[in-house]
Amino acid sequence: MRSQPNASDKTERLLNLVICLLYTRQPLSKAKIRDAVPQYGTTASAEAFDRMFERDKDELRDLGIPLVTEPGDVLFDDEPGYRIDRREYALPEISFAADELAVLGLASRAWAQASLAGPAAQALRKLEAAGVERDDASLIGIEPRVRTAEPAFEAVKKAVLERIPVAFTYRTASSGGVAIRHVQPWGIASWHGRWYLTGFDRDRNAPRVFRLGRIEGEVATEGKPASYDVPVGHQPKAMISTMAVERDPQPAVLRVRVGAGHSLRRRARTVGDVDGTWSQIDVDFTDTEAFADEISSFGPDVVVDSPSELRESVIRRLRGALGPGPGSEAASA
Amino acid sequence: MSAKRQPGRVGQARPATESATSRLSRLLTMVPWLLNRQGVEIEEAAREFAVTPAQVEADLALLFLCGTPGGYHGDLIEAEWESGRVYLGNADTIKRPLRLGVDEALALIVGLRALAAVPGIGERDAVVRALAKLEAATGSASAGSSRIQVVIDEGTGKEAMALAQQALTARRRVHLRYLVPGRDESTERDVDPMRVISFDAHWYLEGWCHRAEDVRLFRLDRIESLTILDEDGTPPATAEPRDLDSGVFTPHADDQLVRVALGPGAAWVSDYYPTESVEPAEGGGAVITLRTADTAWLRRLMWRLGSQATVLEPAELALEVQQGARAALDAYAASARSIRPSG
Repeated sequence: MRSQPNASDKTERLLNLVICLLYTRQPLSKAKIRDAVPQYGTTASAEAFDRMFERDKDELRDLGIPLVTEPGDVLFDDEPGYRIDRREYALPEISFAADELAVLGLASRAWAQASLAGPAAQALRKLEAAGVERDDASLIGIEPRVRTAEPAFEAVKKAVLERIPVAFTYRTASSGGVAIRHVQPWGIASWHGRWYLTGFDRDRNAPRVFRLGRIEGEVATEGKPASYDVPVGHQPKAMISTMAVERDPQPAVLRVRVGAGHSLRRRARTVGDVDGTWSQIDVDFTDTEAFADEISSFGPDVVVDSPSELRESVIRRLRGALGPGPGSEAASA
Repeated sequence: MSAKRQPGRVGQARPATESATSRLSRLLTMVPWLLNRQGVEIEEAAREFAVTPAQVEADLALLFLCGTPGGYHGDLIEAEWESGRVYLGNADTIKRPLRLGVDEALALIVGLRALAAVPGIGERDAVVRALAKLEAATGSASAGSSRIQVVIDEGTGKEAMALAQQALTARRRVHLRYLVPGRDESTERDVDPMRVISFDAHWYLEGWCHRAEDVRLFRLDRIESLTILDEDGTPPATAEPRDLDSGVFTPHADDQLVRVALGPGAAWVSDYYPTESVEPAEGGGAVITLRTADTAWLRRLMWRLGSQATVLEPAELALEVQQGARAALDAYAASARSIRPSG
C-alpha cells in the first residue's frame, strides 16, 4: 500500500486532515496537525509542511468544506488554531419522500448532457445517502433535458453567481461583425434551447441580452466578486423574452413542389395549386434569416416569389451550396 | 492503484487521471452512502458513483488506511469487501455527507423549477415539496439560483403532449400521422408509447414503432395527428429506451462516413450532431466526419448552410448537393424571367 502514487497519497492525506479537524473539539495548532496526520509527519522540513498545509487548506475550502481559522491568542501561545465546524460541514437532516426523490432524480438527470452533469449527480447521491430509495415508478415518463453546448457557459455562469464584471468578444447577429463587450452579468437562462446572458452593457450604458453561442473565445473577468448589484427580483427569462421580442409577422408567397414542403404547407394561410407540379402557398414569417434557412433546406422543391429580401437570402445560400465554379451565376437575374 | 477510470460516456469528458480533491469529494459522499447500505454489492456502488468496481475497491482500500488521529487499529475506518459486498464501520466523523456545493444546489433547484413549469407533469405536488425542502437546506448555496433559469418549451405540440400522456398512463397504442422532415414526407404508423422527453428545446414521444419494428423518437410538433387506439400499448420486452445522454441521433458503425468542411458560421454543427471526429481549421471553422444511414437530411443541411459548408466525401453526396442547388437556382432564374414582364 505504501507504494501508491502521489495522487492517492494526497487523497489519503486530505481525508485524514478532514477527519482530524472534524474530530477535534478544540481548534488545533499547525504543530498538532502535523503530529496528528501521519502523511504530514513525513514532510522534509517545517517549511515544506507549511507550504503543503496552506495548499491543502485552500483545496478543502474550494470543495466547500468549512475549515475555520480561530485566533489562538490564549489557547496556543498566539498560534491560530484550525477546525471544521461539524454543523456547518454536514448536510442538514432532510428527509425526502420517495416521490420527492424521484422528481429530484428527474431534475438531476435533466443535466445529464450538460456541464452541470457532475454536480447534479453528486448532489443526488448526497441526498440519497440517507438510504431512502427513490420511487421512479411514480413518474409517468416525462423527462426534460438541458444542454450547455456553448463553450462560454461555465465562465458566464460563475460570473453571474459571483457578480464579477466580464469582457468577451461578441459576434453580432445582424452584421456578423465582432466587438469586445464589457458586461456586468445579471442572469442566464436557457430559452428555446439556447442560453442567453442578461446584464448591464457598460459600452452601451444599458441593459442588454447576449446569446452565449455568439461569444467567441475566452470570457475574461474584470473585477472582484460582488462588485455590482443586480436589480432586485431580476428575472432573466422575462427580460430575454421581451428583448428578444419577435417582430411582427410578414407575409411570404412561395411555390412548393406537389408532394413536398410538408412543414410549410401545415403553417400556410392558403394553399392553391398552380399546376400539376407546383402549389402556391401564403405563409407568415418573422425572422428572414431563420426562414431562409428553412426554405433553402428544401433545395429545388421550394421557390420564394416574395418578398425579395427573403428570395435573395435563399438564393445566396443556394449559390454558396453550389460552390465556386462555372455556372454559379445562373440565377443572377 | 493509480486512479484508473472507466472510459467516459459519450459527451462526458473525463480527465485521464483524477485529481485528489475530486476523489476526496467522492469518498466523502461514498462513506455515508455505504454506511446506510451495509452489505451492498460493489457493482451497485460502482454504478451509483459512475466508476469501475476496481475503482470502488481502490477507494475502500484507501478508506481502510484513514481514521481519527492516533493511527491505531481502533482509530481507523473499518472496511470489508472480500465477499463482493461492502461493509463499513467506525467512520462516525464523516457519516454525514458534506453540504451541497453551489453548483450542486444550483443544478437541482434550477432543474426542479423548470420541471414545475412543464405542462401536465403529474408530480407537480412532489416537485413543490422537494423544492421547498431543498431551498431550506441549502441556504446561501442557492442564493443566486433565481438568476439562472431554464425554460422548457411547451413548443407547438401541446395537444400531442396531452394525448401522449393519456396514452402512457392508460398504456394504449397510438396511431400517428407524422412528418419526417429529413425526407420531407408524411407517414402513418402505430406506436406503443414509452416516454415523453424534452431535448434541445423540443419534446419527443419515444416508443416502439410497429412500422420500423424498432424504438423511434417522434418530435411532438411534427405529429400531424395522434389517435389513441383501443388496443394495449405495452411495448415489446426488447424495446429499450435510447441512451439520450449520447444524443438523439445514434449512428451505427456500418453507416456511411461523410466528411464535411465547416466555415466559422457553421461551427455549431459539430456540437449539434454526433461526429466521429472534429479537426479545427484555420479561421474558426472545422472539418468533421460523421456517420449516417440517410443522407437526405445532410443534403438539406448543406443547402441551408450555403457557403458555410462543403461536402468533401463522398463525392456522390457533394454532387447531389450541387445538382440540387443548381436546379433550385434554375427555378429562380426562370421565375425571375416570368415575373419581370408582368411586374
